[in-house]
Amino acid sequence: MGPQAATIHNIPVFYTFLAPLPSILLTMQAQNTHMNGHEFRNRPPPFNFRQILDNESGNIGSFELRYKLMKNLESFVSALASATGHGAERLLQYLCSLQFQYSYIPKAAIQLLADRLQIPAAEIKAVIDFYAFLHLEPRGEFDIYFSDNITDRMLGNRALCDQLCHALGVRPGGPRPDGRVSIDLSSCTGLSDQGPALLINGQVITRLNVERIQKIAELIDAGTPLKHWPEEYFVVKDNIQHYGILLGDEIIKGSAIEALLDKGAIAVLDNIERSGLRGRGGAGFKTAKKWRLCQMSKADAHYVVCNADEGEPGTFKDRVLLNRYADTMFEGMTVCAGITAAKQGYLYLRGEYRYLLEALEQTLEKRRHAKLLGKNILGRTGFDFDIEIHLGAGAYVCGEESALIESLEGKRGIPRNRPPFPVTHGFRNQPTVVNNVETFVAAAKIAVFGEDWFRSVGSEQSSGSKLLSVSGDCERPGIYEVPFGTSIQQVLDQCGASDTQAVQMSGAAGMTLSAREFKRKIAFEDVSTGGSFMIFNQQRDLLDMVQNFAHFFAHESCGFCTPCRVGSALMKNLVDKVIAGHATRYDLNEMQNIALVMQQASHCGLGASAPNPVLDTLKKFPDIYTKRLANRGYEPAFDLDAALEVSRQLTGRDDPAAHIQDEP
Amino acid sequence: MSEGKTFRLDGKVIAFQDGDTIMDAALRAGEYIPHLCHNPEFKPHGSCRVCVVNVNGRHIPACTLPAAENMDVDNNSRAISEQRVSLLQMLFVEGNHACPACEKSGACQLQAVAYYTGMLSPHFTHFFPRRAIDASHPEVIFYFNRCILCDLCVRASREVDKKNVFAISGRGINSRLVFNSGSGKLGDSELAVTDKAVSVCPVGALLPKQRGYQTPIGKRLYDNIPISIADDATNKHEHAKNDNSNE
Repeated sequence: MGPQAATIHNIPVFYTFLAPLPSILLTMQAQNTHMNGHEFRNRPPPFNFRQILDNESGNIGSFELRYKLMKNLESFVSALASATGHGAERLLQYLCSLQFQYSYIPKAAIQLLADRLQIPAAEIKAVIDFYAFLHLEPRGEFDIYFSDNITDRMLGNRALCDQLCHALGVRPGGPRPDGRVSIDLSSCTGLSDQGPALLINGQVITRLNVERIQKIAELIDAGTPLKHWPEEYFVVKDNIQHYGILLGDEIIKGSAIEALLDKGAIAVLDNIERSGLRGRGGAGFKTAKKWRLCQMSKADAHYVVCNADEGEPGTFKDRVLLNRYADTMFEGMTVCAGITAAKQGYLYLRGEYRYLLEALEQTLEKRRHAKLLGKNILGRTGFDFDIEIHLGAGAYVCGEESALIESLEGKRGIPRNRPPFPVTHGFRNQPTVVNNVETFVAAAKIAVFGEDWFRSVGSEQSSGSKLLSVSGDCERPGIYEVPFGTSIQQVLDQCGASDTQAVQMSGAAGMTLSAREFKRKIAFEDVSTGGSFMIFNQQRDLLDMVQNFAHFFAHESCGFCTPCRVGSALMKNLVDKVIAGHATRYDLNEMQNIALVMQQASHCGLGASAPNPVLDTLKKFPDIYTKRLANRGYEPAFDLDAALEVSRQLTGRDDPAAHIQDEP
Repeated sequence: MSEGKTFRLDGKVIAFQDGDTIMDAALRAGEYIPHLCHNPEFKPHGSCRVCVVNVNGRHIPACTLPAAENMDVDNNSRAISEQRVSLLQMLFVEGNHACPACEKSGACQLQAVAYYTGMLSPHFTHFFPRRAIDASHPEVIFYFNRCILCDLCVRASREVDKKNVFAISGRGINSRLVFNSGSGKLGDSELAVTDKAVSVCPVGALLPKQRGYQTPIGKRLYDNIPISIADDATNKHEHAKNDNSNE
């Protein structure tokens, strides 16, 4: 990979920048044996950088080495920052690059970026602190995150995480003292159909089990570079269990753009309108209406953004579309650009899917060569459009379209005040279409096959089909494309689920369906969904799910508004109190009161939907709560005896008089 | 007046101009909608949610909602008042707001709004955060445990003082203010005690040093006038001026 391949914001830069500085590499190798043999998948060890760049006493590392590494960082930052305009906007992309290269964002890099991009250092720190995958302290040379969705838990991820921590002698939170490895948990990584899964230096390992974990521990202790690890570890299956019109009827590359050029923008937009296509992310806004509003907004520029921040727990259908149908998705974006007169598009790819980045870049490059992107697309003068990929860095809230735009502009992903809506004031304050991956794929096919093809399945209000990501207690997890109007029970039968207690639709923010609701239909007019379909059999304790989601929302709340920031943390603590057997009826009422405030007063959909799992299960599965209640009318929020533990330690006493006993 | 555009706030007819939010028009008409992160001198933020009102069944912050002809705005129903109290209680338990021990008592908007809404206790379980005070600045002190993340100092430092001393960092319940300086300490930042960012703080988070009790308790702004009357832009300005020229 030569320097010419360096795009400013993604992986290639990391490898190329090392090329002109062999002497530095040699020096580093001499200093630290971890360096040997590391290249493609492994970063240089962070240990050196931490000591040399951030050691304020300055007594570690020779002056010469310090100087060289500083130059190294400088050249890295300037390679990143000198590429194009809109520098401040690229901040998040630079930070992702630095994190990947150094395993953290060195203090010196923050200052360099602050000077170069004219952004206050405090704001840069604030951005770093917002995203779960960016760090101010070094991570391990092997940086591991276990996916911690409820489906991973049901497959035993916690025991496997403990096993790996134990085998390697490392605790979650920080790296092992030698800097070799760090292990943490993360929100759902989009591999619920083949979990338990983990992320390691941007790669994914699926189907973890005791043997695999043992082998991984050995590979890490031996310092084996990832590229020499068994290939099968990194296999991600598409797992398409059922094909419908969207996954089945493929289009020839370029044919949707040809259809656009043949029929004209107005005719294709009419096709999409008559097809009844609605946003596949879950909200169900009419796609043609969105595109038309954007097109009609007079502005200097229009933008097309594809939301591939598939963060809803239990969803993974976009992962499959990105892996197998990327061309069709890019084609849908290009058709949208042709209609809205956008010149620039962005694919916002969640950080967890970084392992797909290289292939996606190659697909884009091939499309440029085929004149399907770039200037004068397919020879049509003035039809200019290109697509850039932006990486996320671990923030569920960025799936919200205005937060996504903020993140795309390099900032913390705080949802904007609306109105105005992105369709008139979006990216760079210009009219912007933001659609889900699945929506763009469908739009491209409608441009080719027409509205009747699309309307051949589904219902009047919900035309077409829906991709479901099925996981949990069933024989055949994976992707199921079903026509709208399919009942929950039909899906359960298809995937081989029996003895089902509940289905969690649309992820943590969705709804919990009990058996009496399995006749309900998947459709915008009944059970609307973004596609997550998690199955729980009768043996499961649904409170584990509620707890997992309550922790998830408290972790993912952006912190902007009071009800979500404080409410999600209060809710988490109350759910924990129920699980610990300390809750009373009063606490259950309290949960409902907090839920109401969150639903009504929150700034965005995250806060408004965060209490859903609690409310749904309180209503439909009250037993899971009541059987755990303490028998008293009131139970304090803290344990008085436990609170005395510090005093006992200080005084060295542990006799009966140093304890407070509960009244019998 | 009769020809201008109007909406109704709890049944009262309020005139508004194009570009007004519900808050702008209400404050101009002398009608009080409780708020904390809003300050008429700055662009609305919409984060504290204390000013949330009910418009056609939707709960929306008055500070960011553009006024529209014939809107029916409910600012006083039982549901809105209860929600407001809950939001204030959430702010109280998130930090450590021990009014009797705080030198801002009597001039604190959080305290004054809580009195106004009839909040009697913090109700929820306290988080009791333990965040160290930053006293590194010679003339200003920062109490992290009292910060309500209203973003006013961030906005004031950026827009009025042109210094960008502050930013809100972190996420969720771990959100916190950070300072723009090499060490991360307030004392190494460009903040001056005369900055707008200091005087705009609605609570006792950002305080000038060495003048804590120059205005005795009992004679402070909200000790004698409820915030519903004291809190218009002019008074707030004078209040800030008084606080800063008390030396």
